Amino acid sequence: MSENNIDRSLILEVEDLGIDFGGLTAVNNLSLKVYNNEIVGLIGPNGAGKTTVFNMLTKVYQPSRGTIRLCGQDTARMTTEDVNKAGIARTFQNIRLFQNLSVIDNVKAGMHNEITYSPADSIFRTRKYYAQEKQIEEKAHELLKIMGLDSLAELPAGSLPYGGQRRLEIARAMATDPKLLLLDEPAAGMNPQETEELMDMIRFVRDHFHIAILLIEHDMKLVMGICERITVINFGMMLASGTPEEIQSNPAVIKAYLGE
Amino acid sequence: MMKNFISKLFDQKLRSRTISYLLVIIAFIILQIMSSTGGLSSLLKSLLVPVCCYTVAAIGLNLNVGFSGELNLGQAGFMSVGAFTGICVSGVLASSITNPLLRLIIAIVAGALIAAAMGYIIGIPVLKLQGDYLAIVTLAFGQIIKSLITNMYLGFDENGLHMSFVENKVSLGAGGKMLLQGPMGATGTQRIATFTIGVILILCALTIVYNLIYSKSGRAIMGCRDNRIAAESIGINVANTKMLAFIISASLAGAAGALYGLNYSTLVPNKFDFNTSILILVFVVLGGLGNMTGTIISTTILMLLPELLRSLQDYRMLIYAVVLIVIMLVTNNAFLQTKAAKLRESLIKGKKGAKQS
Amino acid sequence: MAFLSYLINGLGLGSVYAIIALGYTMVYGIAKMLNFAHGDVIMVGAYVTYFALSLMKLPVLVSVLLAVAVSTLLGVTIERLAYKPLRQATSLSVLITAIGVSYFLQNGAQLLWGTSTKVFPSVISNGALTLGGLSISYLTLITVVVCLAVMGCLTLFINKTKTGKAMRACSEDKGAAALMGINVNQIISITFAIGSGLAAIAAFLLCATYPSVYPTLGSMPGIKAFTAAVFGGIGSIPGAFLGGLMLGIIEILAKAYISTQLSDAIVFAVLIIVLLIKPTGLLGRKLSEKV
Repeated sequence: MSENNIDRSLILEVEDLGIDFGGLTAVNNLSLKVYNNEIVGLIGPNGAGKTTVFNMLTKVYQPSRGTIRLCGQDTARMTTEDVNKAGIARTFQNIRLFQNLSVIDNVKAGMHNEITYSPADSIFRTRKYYAQEKQIEEKAHELLKIMGLDSLAELPAGSLPYGGQRRLEIARAMATDPKLLLLDEPAAGMNPQETEELMDMIRFVRDHFHIAILLIEHDMKLVMGICERITVINFGMMLASGTPEEIQSNPAVIKAYLGE
Repeated sequence: MMKNFISKLFDQKLRSRTISYLLVIIAFIILQIMSSTGGLSSLLKSLLVPVCCYTVAAIGLNLNVGFSGELNLGQAGFMSVGAFTGICVSGVLASSITNPLLRLIIAIVAGALIAAAMGYIIGIPVLKLQGDYLAIVTLAFGQIIKSLITNMYLGFDENGLHMSFVENKVSLGAGGKMLLQGPMGATGTQRIATFTIGVILILCALTIVYNLIYSKSGRAIMGCRDNRIAAESIGINVANTKMLAFIISASLAGAAGALYGLNYSTLVPNKFDFNTSILILVFVVLGGLGNMTGTIISTTILMLLPELLRSLQDYRMLIYAVVLIVIMLVTNNAFLQTKAAKLRESLIKGKKGAKQS
Repeated sequence: MAFLSYLINGLGLGSVYAIIALGYTMVYGIAKMLNFAHGDVIMVGAYVTYFALSLMKLPVLVSVLLAVAVSTLLGVTIERLAYKPLRQATSLSVLITAIGVSYFLQNGAQLLWGTSTKVFPSVISNGALTLGGLSISYLTLITVVVCLAVMGCLTLFINKTKTGKAMRACSEDKGAAALMGINVNQIISITFAIGSGLAAIAAFLLCATYPSVYPTLGSMPGIKAFTAAVFGGIGSIPGAFLGGLMLGIIEILAKAYISTQLSDAIVFAVLIIVLLIKPTGLLGRKLSEKV
């Protein structure tokens, strides 16, 4: 596909987002735009409110102020489940897999809303059941191949090594067919070589599925290596936004990270 | 072709299912042979149908507790609803449907449906809660159901059904019959339950639960159990998913109750109290959460145990209690657990070695 | 006037529930387990008091103290033998073990003391205190006073003593408490001891009101008190107190004004409504999970 044909429409538009916990303002006045087919980094020191932003985007927390629009649609009245149906999928900083399900069943669970057969279809094992199960079986294997987990498909998810679990979370999120993928510290706990592979996978996912990716990460090599744009937050407020080069030379960012 | 089919039956996913079915069918055949040759004492014979009933109720509860991960302390309440629905349906239809088998099946289906409806009504408030709070509300509902049925008077004559509450004010026309009489429950029920239907009911229950588990619903049910927030994040409606498991569990208990009720000529509402709910829970936990074969085995053994210990007379329930405690202590012993894991590992390795050579 | 006297009777019954509920809630708060055998500890306490009073002819106070001692010992022994080995096990395994212990105690009592109901001697005079047309029986008065005293002592103990502080720490986070040098096992034992001791006091008050002693005596008050603990927010001591009192009042009022037979159904229905409005009970802490 040539450069010009790629859809570059606006996927996520966040305006003046804020949330208070009791009297404490965790995030304030945050604005952010993510366009299709781009990888955006959200970085900041520990406790800056990055994960809180993800939790607001996916409605695990209800924002106190501001608007979130997904492809122009306001998500104010949506629940976590609705937000996913509208097109946001995520992974979690503290991995949240279905530990007792097999690797492939974790991915299949992600296709829950794609499947249209009813519980009655599954109890009576109708044709519809077999047809759709076959279809998602293939699709799940395809996703697992991309994330390098296909040979482990039948193992319980909880038995995977750390890096494998992080990749499986991405596969499960991708199974919901999102427009925007949120990755919360995808490289945490990985060694340099695994991180290198992960970077390739994230790029591949973006190129293959043509989706937007917003990621939180502390590993600067990964962030600077794959993000096209970066937003820096500190104490819940936006500190800077720009290309990796601009961010690296921004004095405010350097001060926030290294102190006075 | 045949060989292929058989090897498919025993592959990873189908293995547990095949074992459960085989276990039930083989047990049925053996018991039928023993029964026809007079090898079964009348006491054991009288336990055949109740064992089937409790097995079905326990299979249902396992879906709720094992797969859905919600502690339910009111399963006997649903059995009670099923039992008295079944008795009433059978009583009303006694003159119009003379074939007892057909009447039994209609009664079981009715018991399952009414219990499912009850499960839905109860599920709306119950499933809003979490953890032990959910458990206590199921306990409360079990008590409420018991209390209501204990105070219900129901009779029918040519003008239809007549009901009154708390005090017996039901007056019936000529040829009328009382179905429920408050704390006395149902009396003079025609005993139409059979062991064969009981076994078929177990097989149906197994099929329903297994088919559900290995499907979209099953993945959602177990997903919500393993991680509620992650399940929401991939677009699963947690409330609906838990409700589905709860209703199926309730309807299986209802079907089991109907069969149970039609196995006795008299049945009092007090039969299905908190202790009965606990009893079914014990079957499920000892059999293993999410393990259907285990549920069937543990229900059978624990139902028979007090009878087998009959020679010990007064001590039998005491021994029963000790057995419960000891099983829990042994299965949760860290030292024994690591030993068992090692044993399993060496067995698997041994098998693989044999294959390779 | 009738309403007021029902209310006072409700307070009396509620005080008994509150004392039992305190045992449930303390054990839950610290060991995070539903101790289904608690009701049967009440039963044992009732039998001991009965034997001390009617066979050994001991004075009331000595009998109650003896029952408290036996129950405390029983509670601690149960914890040591049956629950302690299961610290790392799932809550369901612990629950089943507790049920096993409950069966054991009930059937053991049946073997030792027979199934027949024993009549508890009447030890508190039947008289009543009359206050401007309103009469309050001494029994109710004593029950309420005992409950208030228990509650007061317990609050002081939890808030002012070192052991109390350690208990609160354990209920927050056992791991962190252990790192601070608190002997968690010892604290759990103490909790069981206090809860079981209270059960014996409740047993005396219960039998003074309903004077019959039998092996399954503890089941229903146990379930009711457990409900009361949840009602108030399980794990919370003031919650158990409040829940117990409210449960007693609701039960007596339902019996008086609606229906005796349906009073249990009404009590449980109220519980469900309360939990729907406040999902963690009246004074319970909100559960939240960090994402």
